[in-house]
Amino acid sequence: MVSAVEVRNISMAFGSNQVLTGVDLTIDKGQTTALLGANGAGKSTLIKILSGVYSSFTGEILIDGKAVTIDSPTTAKAAGIETVHQRIDEGVIPGLTVAENLLFERIVSGEISRTVSLKTIVNEAEKIASALDLKWSKSKLRNDVYELGIAEQQMLILARALSRSPKLLILDEPTSALSNAESQNLFKFIKNLESQGIAILYVSHKLSEIEQLAKNLVVIRDGKIRNEQSSPFSWDLALKEMLGQQELGQRNNFDYIQGNEVALKLEGVKLFKESSAFDLEINRKQVTGIIGLLGAGKTELAKVIYGADNLISGNMKFDGKNYKPTHPSDAVSSDIYLVPEDRAADSMIPNWSIAHTATLPFMGEFSVKGMIKKVSESIRGKQLVDDLKVVTTSHEAIVDSLSGGNQQKVVVGRWLQSKPKMMILDEPFRGVDIGARRDISKRVRDLAATDVAVLVLASDVDEILDVADRIIVLVEGKVVMDVNAGETSKEKIVNKMSEVA
Amino acid sequence: MSIGKTTATTGFDLRDFIVKYGFILVTVILFVWFASTEPTFRMQNTLFSMLKFTSVVAITGLGVTLTMVVGGLDLSVGATAGLSVTLSAMTMVIYAQTGPVALIVVLLGGALVGLFNAFLIVVLKIPDLLATLATMFTIMGLKLVPVDGQSVSSGLILRDGSVAPGRFTEGFLLIDRAYIGPVPLPVAIFFSLAFVVWIFLTRTRWGRVMYAIGSNPEAARLAGVKVQRYRALAYVLSGVFASIGGLILSSRIGQGDISAGNSLLLDAVAVSLVGTSVLGMARPNAWGTTLGAVLIGIVITGLTIKGFPYYAQDVVKGLVLLTALIFSFTLSRRKSRFVPAV
Repeated sequence: MVSAVEVRNISMAFGSNQVLTGVDLTIDKGQTTALLGANGAGKSTLIKILSGVYSSFTGEILIDGKAVTIDSPTTAKAAGIETVHQRIDEGVIPGLTVAENLLFERIVSGEISRTVSLKTIVNEAEKIASALDLKWSKSKLRNDVYELGIAEQQMLILARALSRSPKLLILDEPTSALSNAESQNLFKFIKNLESQGIAILYVSHKLSEIEQLAKNLVVIRDGKIRNEQSSPFSWDLALKEMLGQQELGQRNNFDYIQGNEVALKLEGVKLFKESSAFDLEINRKQVTGIIGLLGAGKTELAKVIYGADNLISGNMKFDGKNYKPTHPSDAVSSDIYLVPEDRAADSMIPNWSIAHTATLPFMGEFSVKGMIKKVSESIRGKQLVDDLKVVTTSHEAIVDSLSGGNQQKVVVGRWLQSKPKMMILDEPFRGVDIGARRDISKRVRDLAATDVAVLVLASDVDEILDVADRIIVLVEGKVVMDVNAGETSKEKIVNKMSEVA
Repeated sequence: MSIGKTTATTGFDLRDFIVKYGFILVTVILFVWFASTEPTFRMQNTLFSMLKFTSVVAITGLGVTLTMVVGGLDLSVGATAGLSVTLSAMTMVIYAQTGPVALIVVLLGGALVGLFNAFLIVVLKIPDLLATLATMFTIMGLKLVPVDGQSVSSGLILRDGSVAPGRFTEGFLLIDRAYIGPVPLPVAIFFSLAFVVWIFLTRTRWGRVMYAIGSNPEAARLAGVKVQRYRALAYVLSGVFASIGGLILSSRIGQGDISAGNSLLLDAVAVSLVGTSVLGMARPNAWGTTLGAVLIGIVITGLTIKGFPYYAQDVVKGLVLLTALIFSFTLSRRKSRFVPAV
């Protein structure tokens, strides 16, 4: 097989942070190569280097065996590399017609005169569309681009990329906004491109898609290529390499606790419009760990329980009573708390002190007739700092100024202090150092021991094994495994996660 | 930006000092300059009349400040104050009602405008600036309909040829003219409201939550805060504050001048923005808005006494605002997040 694009020994660092180290990658003509990696593994950096967004890397890029210089999006396109980014809405230009969108780059570059009539543009666009077997009529091409559905917008962006007959097409999670049927259409389209000899680099977290499309699979972790396979793939191996084998040293130095009383009951709950419904019971006096890759539905589940998102279908019971939260305040008043995934965006108020951050959800408790009880607030802040061993100068310190681990202690601690009945932690260990992770794990386990239902969601197997009594594996919105932590192993979990639908 | 770069070791940071105290310093310097060069400026009467003059802008600005705290901006305040002038005149002159009735009608009118803004923003999801801009035009036009586009004063000839039966009551006119001890009533109202807003924003749970919403609405929501209710509350309060400003204005003019309140919007927004830079807080606050209003009052009174032409006022207001924005955005190390995106 002839290689279309070859990447040799590419390294890149942001300041002292080495994001890619000696990456070698060969992408063959007329085939799809899938790129798999966790968040922060270096996938997007690699894509951005290939599409010319980053130029301060070392190493070589060869196209058809010849070294090329790629230092801007323009040179990348000129070299024959086209990229379709994940966000569809960032790719279309609102207010222009479909035809103008299709030819946008050529209009901007001056290749097509700026004063040319719409008729000429529509004719030109029609040629491109029909060459790609898109059955778009002239009147459709004359429409505003917003009249296209999301799948058609996706096709438009693809068509635009293809109109320059690229040698390599990079697709970054192209199905994230598409339905199953739309995805299948896209795959047919991609197969067709392969037969035209175009090399495709496909980035996705959905293993079933990779299984269906790709001939080759490349796994990246911590900026290095860890595993390369040709179809048929060993998913077990791929996932192990993707998630990494971290030091397994002090695993499980706790006694499992066996909750039996049901706290939260989910009945017929669907996490995505097209995923299947499931029932689930979350027990009191136990840490339930939910594990799944990105897009498996972890955050969706957390937000639904917390009332931050609406339930697509099904219903919930908490403590035996119907529980229908329409707003996070409903959850909070039922003593169900959530530590969201993204600390800075979803938990912290810029320039707020530890004490203020701690009391925000409980302002009613910390005020009399509306007036804030400064003394109680300050005591609560101090308690939080002591209790969770937050490293800081005082409880008046601004949360933004703390390290990631200590910020996390604050946003976890503020809920712990207010007697939760159920506590949900979404990726509580992301961007948290090992010391803080231990502290938080311990506190969460202690909490569960006091009769609380604790739910920890993460994509890292070791993180979950380190904290949970019961383990649930989610794949594409479906529960595929539900066992006691003591009766399973990392091997088995990874196996389940890699089960392809 | 070399200011203050090397001073960290000496314990004194010029840039921080300027950001924190620059505005207060400018106010004091200007005050001393006017007072030492213009004997009339020193008189108590001049001081109080300056504060009285600035009270309408200040009170309206306090309302704008509340909307800025929740991350919005109310552009309809000038129009609301203008509406209040017309409403009060209609109530007393055309419908021959008493002063207290006029007062209630005006306050209700202000609250209603606020509710309408809240409806546009919270329910119809129109961006704050655009929604309140639409409200501004709508009420500026709407208030002219019942009065056939004329200013309302006693002796007005009505549509059916009869003479309007009522007039501005003595009591109503006293709102602007009365004194509490040596302090003019509008100044007393201004300071009381400033104090109340200050307490509300810094000491009560509602104020605290409103700041959270302005800085990170999603984090506030996920902490269980009913974000939309607080945003609605801010606009209702802003409408009420603007109508209080309008009451004082109406009492001062003594007739339903249809152009009243037209210039108020820019002044009120300006003092709120100036206020964000006071003490380097880089966020809207009651104390800052008060000081901003007083500063602009001092400058305008001083320049008027010094014989500058009236059109110099806007230039000066513009420069004051610009300086404040430089303090808040360019020099401050804190991130300012109080200006809404359209």
